[in-house]
Amino acid sequence: MKKLLLLTTGLIITTTSIGQIDATLLRKRHVDTTGTMLNMDAVYNRPFLSLGKLPVALGGYAEANWQHLGTDGITEGHQFQMRRLTLFVASSIAKRIKFLSEIEFEDGTKEINIEFAAVDVELHPLLNVRSGIIMNPIGAFNQNHDGPKWEFVDRPVSATQLLPATWSNVGFGLYGKLFKKNWVFAYEAYLTNGFNDRIIDNREGKTFLPAAKKNRDRFEESFNGVPLATVKAAVRHLKIAELGVSYMSGIYNKFEDDGLQLDKKRAVNVLALDGNMVVPELHTSINAEWAWIFVDVPETYTQQYAKTQYGGFIDIIQPCHRGKIFGFENSTINIACRLEYVDWNVGKFRETGGNIADHLWGIMPGISWRPSAQTVLRLNYKYYNKIDMLGNPPARTAGFQCGIATYF
Amino acid sequence: MKRFLHVLLIVLSVPLSCKKLEPAAPEDHETLDGPVEGLSDEQRAMFLKGDIAFNNDVFTKETGLGPLFVSTSCGSCHAGDGKGHPFTTLTRFGQINEQGNLFLHAGGPQLQNRAIPSHQPETIPAAATFSKFTPPANTGLGFLDAVSDADILAMADPNDADGDGISGVANWVSLKNYITLREGSIDNTGKYIGRFGKKGAAYNLLQQTAGAYNQDMGIVSTYEPYDTFSGEEIDPEVSNQTVQHVVFYLKTLKAPVPRNINDPGVLAGKGLFTQINCSKCHVTELKTSRSSIAALSYQTFAPYTDLLLHDMGNALDDGYTEGSAKTYEWRTPPLWGLGLAKISQGGSYYLLHDGRARSIEEAILLHGGEAAYTRDKYKALSKEEKQKLITFLESL
Ligand code: HEC
Ligand code: HEC
Repeated sequence: MKKLLLLTTGLIITTTSIGQIDATLLRKRHVDTTGTMLNMDAVYNRPFLSLGKLPVALGGYAEANWQHLGTDGITEGHQFQMRRLTLFVASSIAKRIKFLSEIEFEDGTKEINIEFAAVDVELHPLLNVRSGIIMNPIGAFNQNHDGPKWEFVDRPVSATQLLPATWSNVGFGLYGKLFKKNWVFAYEAYLTNGFNDRIIDNREGKTFLPAAKKNRDRFEESFNGVPLATVKAAVRHLKIAELGVSYMSGIYNKFEDDGLQLDKKRAVNVLALDGNMVVPELHTSINAEWAWIFVDVPETYTQQYAKTQYGGFIDIIQPCHRGKIFGFENSTINIACRLEYVDWNVGKFRETGGNIADHLWGIMPGISWRPSAQTVLRLNYKYYNKIDMLGNPPARTAGFQCGIATYF
Repeated sequence: MKRFLHVLLIVLSVPLSCKKLEPAAPEDHETLDGPVEGLSDEQRAMFLKGDIAFNNDVFTKETGLGPLFVSTSCGSCHAGDGKGHPFTTLTRFGQINEQGNLFLHAGGPQLQNRAIPSHQPETIPAAATFSKFTPPANTGLGFLDAVSDADILAMADPNDADGDGISGVANWVSLKNYITLREGSIDNTGKYIGRFGKKGAAYNLLQQTAGAYNQDMGIVSTYEPYDTFSGEEIDPEVSNQTVQHVVFYLKTLKAPVPRNINDPGVLAGKGLFTQINCSKCHVTELKTSRSSIAALSYQTFAPYTDLLLHDMGNALDDGYTEGSAKTYEWRTPPLWGLGLAKISQGGSYYLLHDGRARSIEEAILLHGGEAAYTRDKYKALSKEEKQKLITFLESL
């Protein structure tokens, strides 16, 4: 039972089944289960497989699903989707130098992204240097997004359509951890390339941070030469919970080009809180994240593009059976529920003083079966209520989704 | 093990009852969007293309938005094809009589009050008069488009020959060079009857659409090739094909379906509507002539408009006009779909040309000019009768 709890909070134990390769050649790299792992460790805290004496470890995960959703009586019918296939390669270059890369194929091969590719050098537990393509530590989901860690087919709306998960950029920074009895304190601080003006100029017609990812050049060059700073502080009590506060701040517009000033510098700031815990006795695991976004949108632009946005989600997962199911010794069954809310436009119309709506709430009850810690079969019902800017009657989307996500 | 199989079967059978647990489609009479009945498969495909261009094409800097604009997509102003909200209101300025717009050099006729970053939007020149326009519903436009000029003129009574105080005149407009005349168009010294827009200044839906791309979003086409910012002819930012798909979509949007038509209150209200002469302008029944779209040919429909201009009195005179209309004249707006206005206006009414009336009653009470007599008749109704009339209007 305990193992299950760990798993739902993102701590996964390696047990691997092997195909054609001679099993004796393969070493499992165990993940940390001491409870000292924080959300920031998620990139390395994954099941890896090493081959013989090679210093390289391999891993990955895949997510596939079926869904049948309808919006106000209109449905796209049965959809089978291969949402993503991700490969990680990790290697220990020297004793305290390691490298990890994560490459993701999304929606078939429609999108191929390097989510992470960074070298970490440990100078001291309190002082590690990371450089390369890093995942900005904003909120919790961005760094801890592996499909098999979650009990729902969809990623949270607030993580992908408010915050831009998976949000990675080229840059460097420092991180470190401090242990004190039952407490772990951690920090992360990075400077990376940042946002671009698509966040207020996109086909969504709303302030939309994920639109920044549409700029293909962003791994090559910074849009405006001003770095995006991302900082996070987290604290974990080993028996109770982890809490994180993160902040990301940058400039999104091209205020200057070829030495000529075009506009003033316009800021984008994001504040996020995240937390996760396991309720003692009940073993219920709770995982939540909330973010506020502030964008300096020109007064003379359209209010379709908001200056303020906020939203978040909470996942509540209750393990309810543990034991042998269909021969899987360590099976667990969970019931789970996700609640979500996103307001893409917090503000009032200049014309009427009335509230600008543009929000969504959702509820997603589900059940999941984990035949082993690294694999999850999940079935959920989803209900989204989405209201346009003007506050007209909602577009209601609902239906079932069923899928599998597994590390391999 | 057996227990698990059972559970598994139950669990898996739930999604198979999927449709039941998905939100039902609203009834046809609860929404304004959707095609007219009787389209061919080919026409429905074209309707869909127009629907996507109208609702999903959100323009960005990259696809040509602005630099000066009012909004970023047709659908953002015409939500659900219904009436708009003050946020989506257009302002036009600079024309006081049929001599034309005096402020074309200063950005007239339409104010582009928004601009992409690092550009400054337009402002209304101090000397110019202006009027605000709240978007009308876009439903049933194909029917209105297919009414013959002769039928429209037959309703006009410029000299009030019948002595009811209501005249009604057509707006005679000059045609844009890209417009092809519809069958049976009547020529009045080189001008033709306009029938779309609050002043009735647009001859047809192509003019309205190409104009909207250009003036509302800063998107030029081969039809309207001049950029509103530079005044220069620039490369088209929307294809002719897309414009034509949108025109087809507008033409084939269904007419609003009335609700509670047999309700006694509604029926009584309908009687009063005719009795106190509302129907002299808000004409209850029109018919189409031949249309290239079979579903629109020779149809009788109930738009509650005569497509003519009427003197609405001083209170509604903003000192701005278009075509040959006087500043105090407005085209009778169709009342169909009135009861569904709130579902696209964010929950409350914004009626009359600029949305100033916050209820149906307020809209009626603001009628003046030719409608003053009718308005007074309304005022003289008993409380119950007024309620019935409004119940009827809400059923439309
Ligand atoms: C900024 C908001 C806005 C945008 C964007 C906009 N419209 Fe409009 N639309 C209006 C307003 C306001 C009116 C009334 C103007 C008038 O009466 O002249 C109107 C009128 C119309 C009419 C006339 C309806 C009638 O009953 O006479 C049509 C058709 C129309 N729009 C189509 C479109 C199309 C097609 C697009 C996109 C290419 C579009 N509109 C974009 C605000 C908008
Ligand atoms: C002389 C012609 C005329 C008569 C008679 C008349 N109306 Fe109107 N009505 C108009 C015009 C023109 C407008 C648009 C005025 C404006 O937009 O400023 C209008 C607007 C309206 C509106 C607002 C519609 C909208 O879309 O915003 C309502 C409701 C309405 N009339 C109801 C009535 C009722 C009820 C009566 C009878 C008591 C009536 N009208 C009589 C010409 C008339």
